[in-house]
Amino acid sequence: MEIFDVFLLETVLNGLLFGGVLALLALGLNLVFGVIDVVWICYAELMMIGMYAVYFLYTVHHVPLLIAFVIGIATVALAGVALHQFVIRPVLASEPINQLLVTGGVLFFLQAAATLAFGVQFRNLGLALPSVTLGEIMLPQSRIYAAGTALVAMLGLALFLKKTYLGIAIRAISQDRAIMPLMGVNPSRIYLITSAIGGGLAGLAACLLVLQYDVHPAIGLTFGPITFLVCVLGGLGNMLGGFIAAFIFAQLISIGGFFFHIEWGYVMAFVFFIVMMFIRPQGLLGKKR
Amino acid sequence: MNRPAWIAVAVFALLPLLGIGNYFLHLAITIMLWSFIYTSWSIMGRFGLVSFGHGAFLGIGAYVTTMLWNHYGVTPWIGIPIAIALSLVVAVLIGYPCFRFRITGHYFALVTLALTEVVRLIIVALRDVTGGSLGVTPDIALAGGQSFSLVAIQFAHKEVFFYIALAFWLFGLYVWRGIDHSMMRYAMEAISQEEDASESVGIKVTRTKLLITMISAALTALGGALYGQYQLYINPDTVSGVALSLQIVFAVIAGGMFTQLGPTVGAVFTLLLAEGLRVALGHEVHGLDSTIYGLMLVLFIIYMPNGILGKVLELRARKAGVAGAAKA
Repeated sequence: MEIFDVFLLETVLNGLLFGGVLALLALGLNLVFGVIDVVWICYAELMMIGMYAVYFLYTVHHVPLLIAFVIGIATVALAGVALHQFVIRPVLASEPINQLLVTGGVLFFLQAAATLAFGVQFRNLGLALPSVTLGEIMLPQSRIYAAGTALVAMLGLALFLKKTYLGIAIRAISQDRAIMPLMGVNPSRIYLITSAIGGGLAGLAACLLVLQYDVHPAIGLTFGPITFLVCVLGGLGNMLGGFIAAFIFAQLISIGGFFFHIEWGYVMAFVFFIVMMFIRPQGLLGKKR
Repeated sequence: MNRPAWIAVAVFALLPLLGIGNYFLHLAITIMLWSFIYTSWSIMGRFGLVSFGHGAFLGIGAYVTTMLWNHYGVTPWIGIPIAIALSLVVAVLIGYPCFRFRITGHYFALVTLALTEVVRLIIVALRDVTGGSLGVTPDIALAGGQSFSLVAIQFAHKEVFFYIALAFWLFGLYVWRGIDHSMMRYAMEAISQEEDASESVGIKVTRTKLLITMISAALTALGGALYGQYQLYINPDTVSGVALSLQIVFAVIAGGMFTQLGPTVGAVFTLLLAEGLRVALGHEVHGLDSTIYGLMLVLFIIYMPNGILGKVLELRARKAGVAGAAKA
C-alpha cells in the first residue's frame, strides 16, 4: 500500500506540472479570443513553427539555447501577426464559423508545409534534462520549468493587462468593440499587438515543449484539440478559467493514465469536457451567454 | 432529377463496361464514396450545424462493422445496421443535450471535435481488439479463387463496387433533395437564423435539429462501413479523429456547402487535385499536394465562401440577370 501511494503521488505531481504546460498553451489562445473574438484553430501549429525554429537554431546552427529561445518566440510572434494580417483580417466581418474554418485551413497548410520542408521524421534537441528526486518521487526538470514559466507568464500577462496603458486598451477593446474607436483607440493596431502577444505565448510554449517532446509535422494535432477544450471548459476568453481547467484536464489525463492507459486518460478528459458543456455551457468561470 | 442528369448518370454507369482500367475505376469509386460521405455531412452543415466531429460516425460505421465480422463472424448485412444504430445512439447522446441547451456555432463545433477525438482514442486504446493505430483488415472471405462473397460483401472485381458506390452516391443526393423539398428545410433555415423566434412560431427546434443530425450521422456511418468494405483496411486516423473530420468539412466548403452537388464537386476537386499533384510531382516531394491544398482552402474561405459550385452558379445567375435586364 505504501508503494502504491508514492506512485500515485508522483502521478498527481506530474499531472500538476503537465497542467502548467496546458495552462501556458491556453493562455495565448484565450487572449486572442478574448480580444479579437476569433479562435485560432491552428494555434498548436504556430507552436510547432517555434519548436522547429528552436530545433534548427540549436542543433544545426549551434546557437546557444537561450538565444534560440528568444529567436523562436520572436518568430512565432511574427507568425501570429502575419496570420492576423493576411488571414483573419479579410474575414473579420464575415460569419464566425468562417473565421473558425479559415484558421483550420491554415492548420492544414502549416502541417503540410512542415512535412514538405522538414519531412515526417521526429526530431529532438538531443539534450536530456535530469529529473529531480524527492524521496522516491521523480519529477522531470523540463516539466518543472514549464510549469514555473507558465505561472510567471500568467502573472506577467495579468500585470501587463492591469497596469499598462496598452494593456488597459486591450481589455477595453474586448469589453466594447464599438465604443473604443470613438475613445481614440485604434482597434487594428490593438489586434495586431494582441496577435503578436498571442503568438509570442505560443512561442514560449514551444520553447518549453521542445525540451520534453520530439517535434514533427503532426505535433499540433497532439496538443491542439486539448488546448481548445481547455479554453472552452474554462470559458473562452477567460484566462483564469482556462488556468483552472488546464489543471483539471491534466489531472484527469494523468490519473486516468495511471489507473488504465494513457489514452483512457484522454478519453476521460474529453468525456468530462462533453459532460461539462451540458452542465455549464458558458465554461467554468465564463459569463452567461 | 431532370432528363439531362439521368442521361449523364446512365452514360457514367456504362464506363466500367468500356474497360477503363482498374486505376480509373478505383478513382471513380473513391470519389463516389467520399461524395456520399460529404453529402451526408452537408445535410446538417448547410443549416449552420457545422460538425467538426463526423469522424466519430464514420469511425463507428467502419469499426463496428469490421469488428463484428472479424471477432464474431457477423455478416456486414447485419453488422452495418448495428453500426448505424450505434451511430444514431451517439448522435442522440451528443445532439440532444447540445440542442436542448442551445449549444451552437463555435461551441457546437468544438463539442463535436471532442467527440471525434473520443472515438479515435477509444479505437486506439482498445488495441487488443481493434489493432490500435496500426489499423485492421476485415478477414478476407475470398479464399480459393472465389470472385465474390455475398455474405462478407467482398468482391474481387472493382466493377461491382463501382455500382454499389454509384447507388449510394445517388441515394445520398436523393436524401438531400428529399430534405430540400420538405418542411424540415424551412424549419431548419428559420432555426439557423433565430432559434427563439422559430420556437415562438411553433417550430420544434430541438426535435428538428436532432432529426437532421440523426439522418446525417446514420448516412455517414453507412459511408464509413462501405469505405471499410471497399478498402479492406481501416485505421483510426483514416476513419476518425480531428484531421479526417476537418477534411470532410473543408472538402464540402471547397465544393459548395449550399448546393446539392457541392459536396460531390468538393470530392472530385480535392481527390483529383491530390491525385494530380501526386502523379505530377511523384512521391519524393512529400506534402506538396497538401500544402497547395491547405493554401487553396484558406483562399477559398476568404474569397469564395460558397465554394466552387456556389461561385459558378452565382456567376451564371448574375450573367442571366444582366441578360434579362438588357432584354427588358
